[in-house]
Amino acid sequence: MIPLPSVKQLLGRRDWLRLASAASAGLTVFTPVLGQAQQIGFDQQRTVADMLTGLVGGNSVRELGVSLTVPALADNGTLVPVSVQVVSPMSEQDHVSHIYLLSSRNPVMQVAAFVLGPWSGRAEISTRVRLAGSQQLLALARLSSGECRYALAEVIVTESACMDAS
Amino acid sequence: MTQGLARLQWPHNIVAGDVVKVRLLVQHPMHTGYQQDMQGSVIARNVLLWLTCTLGDQQVFRVEPSSGIAANPYFEFFVRAPTSADMVVRWQDDLGVAGEWQQRMFVADRKTPVP
Repeated sequence: MIPLPSVKQLLGRRDWLRLASAASAGLTVFTPVLGQAQQIGFDQQRTVADMLTGLVGGNSVRELGVSLTVPALADNGTLVPVSVQVVSPMSEQDHVSHIYLLSSRNPVMQVAAFVLGPWSGRAEISTRVRLAGSQQLLALARLSSGECRYALAEVIVTESACMDAS
Repeated sequence: MTQGLARLQWPHNIVAGDVVKVRLLVQHPMHTGYQQDMQGSVIARNVLLWLTCTLGDQQVFRVEPSSGIAANPYFEFFVRAPTSADMVVRWQDDLGVAGEWQQRMFVADRKTPVP
């Protein structure tokens, strides 16, 4: 696949700004830019099945026992606090071994993978992520038995992390 | 080459066996590979490939971030503190630069209740 030059590379930065502000129908200008920055179509999002296959394998997967906390509205996609809690005794026999954070719209689907164990005491992690637009986030927990559990959360992102040129 | 700056925080008073919340902040730009500089050229991807925390001899936390983690990555996790030990944080990024940060976790002995 030949990488396409971005609109910003073809036009100068100032040209681009002038063009963008001059365009009365702003969306017609912005749509192709967004599409390229995210490498998936403007309206395309990964489905839950897209996100789960590959990580789950042949194990059973249920939407249960995981809570994913994200702000409903994130003003700035470059820094969104996310926390994941999994109901688990975290004992030697029954604990959470992995937590995956997956995004339906970021260019890279897997935001992060965490490795936990019985030494953790609590199956809970928090971090701050980048989001390329409004989307669904998925937290997938893999238990020591191999079973997978997940939770979904919707986020509205006003300003995409991938648009930022600074 | 080892360099890097991190901040580790946990509660002041830890008693043996407590489950402690650890807060970790690492200084790193986490360039996504999609951003451009002021000249319009793409900044090469430079994100943390992995980061591990070791308490004593036990590796207690490992994360494999991608470009989806915000600049200056921040992580919160829990760990059961059995005894005083060094918490060692190690990480490596796309440029091959490795980082290390070490901090002592002091844990008080659990007092047996007086009958």
